[in-house]
Amino acid sequence: MSGESNRLTDGGRIDRTRRLSFRFDNKTMYGYQGDTLASALLANGVRLVGRSFKYHRPRGLMAAGGEEPNGLVRLRQGGRAEPNVRATEIILYDGLVAESQNRWPSLEFDLGALNDRLSPLFPAGFYYKTFMWPASMWPRYEAVIRRMAGLGKAATSADPDRYEKQYAHCDVLVVGAGPSGLAAALAAKRTGARVILADEGAEFGGALLGNGQQIDGRPAIAWVAGIEAELAGAENVRLLPRTVVTGYYDHNALVMLERVADHLLQPGPGQPRQRLWQVRAKQVVLATGALERPLVLANNDRPGVMGAAAVQTYINRYGVRPGRRAVLFTNNDGAYPVALDLARAGVAVAAVVDVRARAPIGWRGDLDRLGIELMADRAVLGVVGRKAVTGVQIGKLNEAGNAVVPGLSRHIDCDLLCLSGGWSPTLHLLSQAGTSLQWDARQGCFLPGKARQAVRVVGAANADFRLQDCLNLGADAGNAAANDAGRRRRGRGPHKPLADVEPALTPPRPIWSIPGTGKGGGKAFVDFQSDVTADDLRLAAREGYRSIEHVKRYTTVGMGTDQGRTANINALGIVAEALDVTVPQVGHTTFRPPFSPVAFGALAGGQTGPLLDPVRRTPMHGWHQDHGAVFEPVGQWLRPYSYPKAGEAMAAAVDRETLAVRTSLGLMDASTLGKIDIRGPDAAEFLNRIYTNGWKGLAVGGCRYGLMLGEDGMIFDDGVTVRLGEDHFHMTTTTGNAAPVLDWLESWLQTEWPELSVYCTSCTEQWAVAALCGPNARRLLAELCPDWDLSAEAFPHMTWQTVAMGEVAAGLEARIFRIGFTGELSFEINVPAGHGPALWAALMAAGEKYAITPFGTEAMHVLRAEVGFIMVGQETDGTTTPDDLGLGRMVSRKKEFLGKRSLFRRDTMRQGRPQLVGLLTDDPGHRVPEGAQLIAGADPAPPQRGLGHVTSSYHSPNLGRTFALALLQGGRARQGETIHIAYDGRAVPATVTGPRFLDPGARAK
Amino acid sequence: MAKYSIFALGRNALQGHRHWPRVWRSPPPRPSYDAIIVGGGGHGLATAYYLAKQHGMDKVAVLEKGWIGGGNTGRNTTIVRSNYLNPESAAIYDHALTLWEGLSQELNFNVMFSPRGVINLAHDNHEARELHRRIYANQLAGVDAEWVTPVQLRELCPILNLDSNMRYPILGGTLQRRGGVARHDAVAWGYARAADRLGVDIIQNCQVTGFTIRQGRIEGAQTSQGDIMAPRIGVVAAGHSSVLAAMAGLRLPLASHPLQALVSEPVKPIMPTVVMSNKVHGYMSQSDKGELVIGAGIDGYNSYAQRGSLPVIEETIRAIVELFPITSRLKMMRQWAGIVDLCPDASPIISGTPVAGLYFNCGWGTGGFKATPGSGYLFAHTLAKGEAHPINAPFALERFYSGALVAEHGAAAVAH
Repeated sequence: MSGESNRLTDGGRIDRTRRLSFRFDNKTMYGYQGDTLASALLANGVRLVGRSFKYHRPRGLMAAGGEEPNGLVRLRQGGRAEPNVRATEIILYDGLVAESQNRWPSLEFDLGALNDRLSPLFPAGFYYKTFMWPASMWPRYEAVIRRMAGLGKAATSADPDRYEKQYAHCDVLVVGAGPSGLAAALAAKRTGARVILADEGAEFGGALLGNGQQIDGRPAIAWVAGIEAELAGAENVRLLPRTVVTGYYDHNALVMLERVADHLLQPGPGQPRQRLWQVRAKQVVLATGALERPLVLANNDRPGVMGAAAVQTYINRYGVRPGRRAVLFTNNDGAYPVALDLARAGVAVAAVVDVRARAPIGWRGDLDRLGIELMADRAVLGVVGRKAVTGVQIGKLNEAGNAVVPGLSRHIDCDLLCLSGGWSPTLHLLSQAGTSLQWDARQGCFLPGKARQAVRVVGAANADFRLQDCLNLGADAGNAAANDAGRRRRGRGPHKPLADVEPALTPPRPIWSIPGTGKGGGKAFVDFQSDVTADDLRLAAREGYRSIEHVKRYTTVGMGTDQGRTANINALGIVAEALDVTVPQVGHTTFRPPFSPVAFGALAGGQTGPLLDPVRRTPMHGWHQDHGAVFEPVGQWLRPYSYPKAGEAMAAAVDRETLAVRTSLGLMDASTLGKIDIRGPDAAEFLNRIYTNGWKGLAVGGCRYGLMLGEDGMIFDDGVTVRLGEDHFHMTTTTGNAAPVLDWLESWLQTEWPELSVYCTSCTEQWAVAALCGPNARRLLAELCPDWDLSAEAFPHMTWQTVAMGEVAAGLEARIFRIGFTGELSFEINVPAGHGPALWAALMAAGEKYAITPFGTEAMHVLRAEVGFIMVGQETDGTTTPDDLGLGRMVSRKKEFLGKRSLFRRDTMRQGRPQLVGLLTDDPGHRVPEGAQLIAGADPAPPQRGLGHVTSSYHSPNLGRTFALALLQGGRARQGETIHIAYDGRAVPATVTGPRFLDPGARAK
Repeated sequence: MAKYSIFALGRNALQGHRHWPRVWRSPPPRPSYDAIIVGGGGHGLATAYYLAKQHGMDKVAVLEKGWIGGGNTGRNTTIVRSNYLNPESAAIYDHALTLWEGLSQELNFNVMFSPRGVINLAHDNHEARELHRRIYANQLAGVDAEWVTPVQLRELCPILNLDSNMRYPILGGTLQRRGGVARHDAVAWGYARAADRLGVDIIQNCQVTGFTIRQGRIEGAQTSQGDIMAPRIGVVAAGHSSVLAAMAGLRLPLASHPLQALVSEPVKPIMPTVVMSNKVHGYMSQSDKGELVIGAGIDGYNSYAQRGSLPVIEETIRAIVELFPITSRLKMMRQWAGIVDLCPDASPIISGTPVAGLYFNCGWGTGGFKATPGSGYLFAHTLAKGEAHPINAPFALERFYSGALVAEHGAAAVAH
């Protein structure tokens, strides 16, 4: 394994002037620009690249593209480490570091391979049948199973790279830039249609990159380059190489992953690693090609067994010779050109083994000329060798293909076995799009059924395998798609490219598994990555798992990272044979997104970390920050929780703020409350239906507290709404419910009451609100508004006025609501958001003589609880009626409103519902936790049913003790009783009281 | 019928695994049964099993329109826990959890119940208060529940992001140690095999197209395999319950929505427990095979199609990358959707109906898997006795008339 022993001296699309160094399992090797990691490893003679999932069998590369089941590596290191990357999809770059997976201690010597020796004990689903005794041992068995399972290792730190999302519309999205896709894109482009052409490869050309065909008498690659140049120069075309379409959703919404910088050592400055596209296409052309299936035979997983087309790609595209002496085994014509290419690359071709009785005539002359033996009506029965192929066993099958004709067996030495089991059109996206697939028994593959979205399928994806057909039909499809998108070509049609004449096709012979030579023949793999053998599938069928979905789930066939791209069809065939039914009777499992695995980072995009959710800050946030506020998240908002001074404990700060409001003056930022502007001739009627209380009688200039219920009669939100004009209201909601309330209003307006002429507009962020609370509130405000009469008579409680403030308050015009949430004399001063900081500064400056104290949410909570005001979401939990909270008086009996009917159901009217009460613990210093349960007795031992729970619990400096609010079954009738508060095994005695602990009385007038 | 064990496995290995018996027969339907269960998911199969096992009924059929376990049983994220807020809910889910703990042995089929603990995170004071309330309620109900601090969380789940600078820092969480995950398919197969052994006929590809009702009493079902008579029919059809109810002239208070989930590619163990977050909306565990199993939210629209939309997946993955930053370079391998049937109070319905002999077990919404054994046990009791077991009595249809709802909106643990 020294140097690039398998590199051809010329040919291929690699740049031999640009040598790249890389490390695989700590060994330094070299490749060239244009290599994949897979081609570079093969060039360096590396055969063993990984260990299989279950049996830890040595595995080599089988494919050259995204269908590779074995060659999964862990790419890069640290935070950039990515497990389970297909080496065939890793574009080689200088300095690449990769390591093999699922082996210990090393790839060459893996102790896990013991599983292979014990494999008779591990058939499909073995774990369902054992590890049950003794029951207590399962966790230990499971720990071992978990360690043995899994594939690669995840990164060990956070991802340093960035991801982007992009959204696009187009007329025609062409998926796949092989001959069909290029022809389609070109035809669509020439109509002027907006075209997107996406291909998962680094280069356009698809199969043409690897198969050495000719168009117009020149290498097809030259044709590709010409088309690409024309497309690249067109303004209406967007070319996306290294972009895999992963999902096809309803209404032609497709998802694509662009690997922007995966082919680099790391992304450049400002460059994302990957970009997730979401495209809405008027028309889609799927030119996704076809996948070559392996043949299922004994030990078909040995390193050195490869797909024939993959071998051809390695030779022609990468200038790599994957072996020295090859045998090809095929059931279709596909392997023949590969045999010729192998011979031209200097590989000894020992034989072409064709399972068909009649081998194709067209290739025979070329084989003879190169001295390649053709063995028709023969099959490779098994592979010899363990860590590498050393030979194959060849024999003859009976006519049914299910038994070996004895006596005709022969061994051939070789180090490379190329398998071609026929082609499966790549129809995953089409299936995701809701199109059913039709089985074609003659070709042994699924074909597109009737499309349910605006999509066409062309080329090998439509089982058109001849190049000329791909070119012609591709162009037709591209043109037709553009036409259907409303674009028409003007002028003459383009030159029609001519492919070389190919030999006539001989029909394939679908064969799902090659019968073994009998005892100890070795495992015949169907799903290489999930280690599922033909015997596993037969076992499942025998055990009665007859639905293909059951077979899949029982054996795990098709559930690996390749989603069974090479396995599914063979599996269906084998299951159909085992059940003695046809393939369509078995059906196929559902194809689900994504076609190719997508990094979580790409799905998350830029919206992670601080951008996970918008941070909402009030206009006065800067002041709060400058004055030591500690914030708490409330929904998306950040609200000051308290303003502790230097060295002051949080509890002391809250006490100080709470006291200040009751004794002199406090100021709170209330800007986060939801605000909805409600306008229209039916606005009053609308509110009347939304709230439990009456709204028609509210005078302009008035404020009213309202409760709104869900349809179940339970409190949904509360707040004060003010009447700005005859047809104009300003509603306030709780901070957290602003958006849900607006949704609620809109859903009723739009779906149930379209006859009401009402318009709702969120204006939460248009207003800054400062709540001035305390006995000195009027005095201070009067100083700021010298020209205004703020007396209780002129400006009574529950009214509002537009006030022109004086010079001290920068001449601001404010809407002032005489409402409050603390029980003290309060004014809520609303100014346009931009004026918030000026208002706040003016209040703080002028309030100095009253020792004005900014207070946060916690002090506000204590203050409102002291006077028995409820908090939605704290005293309510979606099961609380107005009456439960003692607010029955707010429920109108006269009018209809949302939730009314539910209020009069048996259970909502029953006695003994949880009702709001106060609780005073016997120990005045004991603050019970919120959520603690209420029980009658003093024993908290389970199991028992509680009587309710503590909804709010605080220490009050005004009361000089702790107090709590609670919902207690039948609570209003229990005042004076002692109950117990249970939590963490304790039962704390407390006295039931009314829910109001303090009355500010006249000073709040 | 052969018992599964390590010895049976060894014996069969010597015989090339050629002699394993069928997991269940697939008989043609008989003309009549003592009871029919409509819906061959975990709940339906469990019901049939307990009808035979606990109530001695040997003429029972399970009718499944597709393949058994192909609905939500095979599409969920396999989380099992019982830490619900209301005592009615805690009772029903804890009864189920107790059955989970011995289920592999009961069924002689390894359902891989793995009590690795379930954690619910709190990201703000409101969530912390609500989760504490649930803990204290669980303590009283005798359901294991404890508060865990960020320091403990680091021990329990080392890959969790406990950075205090995250958008919504983690303040702590609840832990139910008895909670965990199980192998969903195995639950359907294990119940099917055990029920089949007791004589239950499991009939797949048999779609119910109508009910025969005479004088307010059920007499049988019309199916794609002919008419089948039975004096008792239990419908356990999740998202399609409302469709079946309509065949009997009933309307159920259910809304059917797609609920999506996804798995990553398999990796070596990184996730020792189950973590759920309501605030950022995501939950994750790791299967024994190594895939990260991630639950997304519901799509807002009503649908019976088992597929969802990408934006819901994007939102969930954002949360997962935020909670578990090392997952950024792991890849989503598969995504899918099931159809969940949501009740207005987010609690299930196990109930008789105005049609005598016709019963419904539905409304499990986003969290039915965890209830599978208990749901089957209780529904079997209800069907066999003609009246509810005390544990499922609060979950009758009658509650939507009386208003005695069992509100568990917070119960999904993530707000679905």
